[in-house]
Amino acid sequence: MAGSRILSMGHYQPSRLVTNDDLAAIVDTNDEWIRDRVGIVTRRIAEGETVADMAASAAGKALAASGLTAADIDMVVVATCSSIDRCPNVASRVASKLGIAAPAAMDVNTACSGFSYALSTADHAIRAGAAHNAIVIGAEKLSDITDWSDRSTCVLFGDAAGAAVVTAAPDGEEPGIGPVVWGSAPEKGDVLKIEGWQPYIQQEGQTVFRWATTMLAPLARQACERAGVALEDLAAFVPHQANARIIDGIVKRLGIPNAVIAKDIVESGNTSAASVPLALSKLVERREVPSGAPVLLFGFGGGLTYAGQVIRCP
Amino acid sequence: MTRDEIIAGLAEILEEVAGVNPDDVAEEKSFTDELDVDSLSMVEVVVAAEEKFGVKIPDNEVQNLKTVGDAVSYIESNA
Repeated sequence: MAGSRILSMGHYQPSRLVTNDDLAAIVDTNDEWIRDRVGIVTRRIAEGETVADMAASAAGKALAASGLTAADIDMVVVATCSSIDRCPNVASRVASKLGIAAPAAMDVNTACSGFSYALSTADHAIRAGAAHNAIVIGAEKLSDITDWSDRSTCVLFGDAAGAAVVTAAPDGEEPGIGPVVWGSAPEKGDVLKIEGWQPYIQQEGQTVFRWATTMLAPLARQACERAGVALEDLAAFVPHQANARIIDGIVKRLGIPNAVIAKDIVESGNTSAASVPLALSKLVERREVPSGAPVLLFGFGGGLTYAGQVIRCP
Repeated sequence: MTRDEIIAGLAEILEEVAGVNPDDVAEEKSFTDELDVDSLSMVEVVVAAEEKFGVKIPDNEVQNLKTVGDAVSYIESNA
């Protein structure tokens, strides 16, 4: 089996724009503090939309751009950690909204690294012959699980969805989704958690920052090595959009001189599992990366989990 | 390594990581209040200090390092 590739991307963000000044009106914070610490200027917050609504909107756009139809899709995988409804899962609800009749439909929860986990799960299913055309989605409504009285966390998050249509790569063609490097640090997992009922996102910011800026660059490098792509040949790097200073820290250690660095966090905030497909979809939409060029995706965060792979830009 | 040598090494790190003027670095100075090193830059200082001085500074120790002198003493006794 030749592997799989991403045919197209799509994304959705709610229309309600929330600025740093808007947040300063509800908690003790200010624009300068937020920009300095995390690099966020705006974020989008859902009003009526559910996780499934946003996921279906992003998936519908990706499907329309792919040249395939709902009848071609036999697998839907949704990465999310913020769906309040548990069953039917988000993937089934997306399938229902898009008229996908009988897909293998599952949700994957590895928080912020979820899209890369979901993408490789679909890649593996296609390689195994268990699926032919998949829609892979990262979708989060973090505003539902944000403590709006906690100024250290409520300034960080946004709501969004991003989606990819994944299909079998033609025989003889290089795989468009490289080998995944994935794992976790369970002994430290509680430093970034969403637990109990009513659950809210809680984190020990310094510990997460240290883990992300020191431990992840070697793993991201490993994903490039396993894909046979030299670091200087990377056309773009799309890491989880947690904090602009974490992105800078990873980039500094990684050494990728020719790559476009996704910094969608500035306008969208941290959207957990949605951040990587959202940022990638925008790069594709703006044609910032040539089709076929190698792009390193790397998700990390809640749990603590991580996953990354090199893909060929759709 | 003397305390002065450790201070000089920390001053280099603080300049690179947080743009602190090396002339401002002295034992009694507080990282946050006087040198304007925020909590994330403090993590970067700690990581760079571990590499420079060959010392382990665990996460739970970072909050005890309020002043330059605290960091010098920790490095002096753990390097």
